[in-house]
Amino acid sequence: MTHADKHPGRARGLKPSDFIATAVLLGITIAIPFIAYEQSRGALPDGNLAGTFSFYTAFLVTVGVFALLTLALNIQWGYAGVINFGVLAFFMLGAYVTAVITKGDPQGDFTDYIGGWGDDLNLIPALATNQWLPFVVATAAAAIAAGLLAFLVAFPTLRLREDYLAIATIGIAEVMRRVVIEERWMVNGSRGLTGVPQPLGNIVDQSDYKYLNVVIIGIVVILIFFALERAVRSPWGRVLLGLRDDEEATAASGKNVFAFKTQSFVLGAAIMGVGGSMYAYAFSALSPDAFTHLFATFIFWAMLMVGGSGNNKGAIAGAYVVWGLWTLSLQMQGYELGDLVQSRMPYLRGLLLGVAIVGVLLIRPLGLLPQERRVSAWVERRVKKERSAPAPPAEP
Amino acid sequence: MSSDQRLPILTVENVSKAFGGLQAVDRADLEVAEGSITGLIGPNGAGKTTLFNLVSGFIKPDSGRITFQGERIDGLPPHQVFRRGLVRTFQIPRELGGMTVVENLMLVPGEQAGESLWNAWFMPWRVSDQEDANFTKAEDVLRFLNLHHLRDEYALNLSGGQKKLLELGRTLMCDPKMIMLVEPAAGVNRTLMRDIVNDIKRLRVERGITFFVIEHDMDIVALLCDRLIVMAEGTKLAEGSPDEVRADERVLDAYLGGRGR
Repeated sequence: MTHADKHPGRARGLKPSDFIATAVLLGITIAIPFIAYEQSRGALPDGNLAGTFSFYTAFLVTVGVFALLTLALNIQWGYAGVINFGVLAFFMLGAYVTAVITKGDPQGDFTDYIGGWGDDLNLIPALATNQWLPFVVATAAAAIAAGLLAFLVAFPTLRLREDYLAIATIGIAEVMRRVVIEERWMVNGSRGLTGVPQPLGNIVDQSDYKYLNVVIIGIVVILIFFALERAVRSPWGRVLLGLRDDEEATAASGKNVFAFKTQSFVLGAAIMGVGGSMYAYAFSALSPDAFTHLFATFIFWAMLMVGGSGNNKGAIAGAYVVWGLWTLSLQMQGYELGDLVQSRMPYLRGLLLGVAIVGVLLIRPLGLLPQERRVSAWVERRVKKERSAPAPPAEP
Repeated sequence: MSSDQRLPILTVENVSKAFGGLQAVDRADLEVAEGSITGLIGPNGAGKTTLFNLVSGFIKPDSGRITFQGERIDGLPPHQVFRRGLVRTFQIPRELGGMTVVENLMLVPGEQAGESLWNAWFMPWRVSDQEDANFTKAEDVLRFLNLHHLRDEYALNLSGGQKKLLELGRTLMCDPKMIMLVEPAAGVNRTLMRDIVNDIKRLRVERGITFFVIEHDMDIVALLCDRLIVMAEGTKLAEGSPDEVRADERVLDAYLGGRGR
C-alpha cells in the first residue's frame, strides 16, 4: 500500500468535521486548567489560581518537548514516508549527550559517567557564559550525535523495504536502551543521571523555572517549525512527498531516492536529538526507565496521526491534543471514583486514550490538520497571485 | 521517411535476465533507430516489460550490454539513466497521488536548485526564478495534454486515462531524447488516443524525440509506429514495418502459441 492511498483529496466546502480541530484544541485548552482549578478547591476554599497556572505551564513545557519529536517524525514519515519505529534511540541519545556535556565531573561512589564538561565550557566568566554557552554547545552536540547515528544507520537500513525498515529501527532503539542500562560506566546505567543543569537556571527561582523554560522551548519549537516549513515547502520537500507517494516513480523522474531518504532521516533524527536535549533541560533528570517504546516512540506516532501527517502545524497540534488527553485522564484520577474504576484506572486511561484517537481519526482520517494542497511555497504564491489578478484578456 | 538508415540511439546486445528459474529475457539483441517510433509487441510473458525495466535501470541485467547514444547504461540506477535523457512511463500509472497535478510535473526537471536544503534555507532567490519557469513549463505541458483544468487537483483524483496522460506529461518536463511508453492506449478512450498518437508524432517531428512503445492494441500500433520489434520467450523474434510483421508467419505462431510445438 502506498502512502497516497491514505491521502484522498479534500472535498470542497466546509463540513462540520472541519471545525473539529478548533473544537478539540479549544476543549483541551479550557478543560485542563478548569479541572486543575476545580480540584485545587478541595485544598483551598477559593481555589489555587497560581497553582493552576503553574500546572498548565508545566503541561506546555512537556508539549513543547514532544512537539519537537513529532515535528521530527513528520519530516521522516509525514513527508518522505520513511518509517522510524526507533524514535527512542535518537531522543535518548540527544538527552544523554546533553546531560554528560552540561554536568560537572561525576561525584560520589555510585555515580559514573563519561564527559562532565559543563564547568570547562565556562570560557569567559565575566560574561557568565556558563549560564548559556554549555547549553548551546550541548544542544548542538545532541543534534549532531543523533544525526550522525542516523547517518550510520541509514546505510544498511534505508534500502530496506518499509516493513523491514520498521523492524530494523525497533532493533536500534532496543540496542540503545540496553547499552544505556548495561554499560554503567557510560551514563550511570539504570540509576540514571540527576541534576542536569538548566539553561539560565540561576536567574529565576528553581520553582519558577518552568515559566522561563516554556519560553526557551517555545522559541526552539518556533525556530525549528519555520526551518522545516521552509525546507518542505520547496522543491526539496516536493521530492520527499514524491518518495512518500511512489518511490519508483520518483526514481523514474530522475531523483536519487537514497540520497533524499537519507537527508530526511538525518534531519529528522537531528531534531529528535534537539528534542532529547530540551527534555534533559526540562526535567533535569534522566532515567532509562522513562524511555520506553510507548513513551519515547509510539506516542509520537499517535501525535502525528492525530495531528495530521504531512503538516507541521498538525504535528504540533497533535502533540498538544494527545498529551492533553493523557493529562486529562490523569486528572480524572483525582476525583472520587468507585473502587472498581479507581483500581483499574491505569488501564482505563490507555483505553480512553485509544478510543479518543480512533474517534478523531474516524471523523478526520487525515488528522486534525491534514496536509496542505500545494507543496511548494512558490506554487502557492503563483496560484494566489493568479486568483487575485483580474481575468486575463481573451487570447486572440 | 524510412528509419532504416538512421543510427541506433539504443542498442541492446545479448542481454539476459532470469528471475529464479524463469528466463525472462534471453540473449536479446535489438536496436532502436534515432528519431523512430518503434513498437515492441509480443505475447504475454515475452519479456517486454522486463526489457524496459532493464533499459531504464530498475533491474540490472545478468549479462550483456545496453548502450544509449554510444554510452553504456546497463547497471546504472534509474535516476542516472533518466539524466541521460532516457525516460519511461509505467504500465499502471504511477501518479504521485498526494500532490497536485501541476506539482507532479514540477517534480521532474533535473538540477533544481531548490532540491538542496542549503538553497531552500539560505538562497531562496535561487529557487524562486526556477520555480517560476518550471511552473510555466508545467502549464504548457498541461495545455498540450488538455489537462490544464485539473492543474490544482490531487493527482489521485484523476481518471485512469488522465493519469496516463499525466505520465506522458511527466516525460515531457525534462526535454528527453527518448521516451519509453508502456501501453499508452490502455484505459484511454479512442478519441483521446487519436490525439495522443498525433501528439507523439508531433513531438517526434518538432523535438526529434525517439519513442519506444509497448502496446497490445494492434490498431494503435499500426497507426503510431514506423517500426516493430516482436519479442517472444525473452528474445527478439522478428522485426520490420507493421505490414511486414503482420504478414510474418512466426509472429502469428507466437501469438497463437504454436511456436516450437
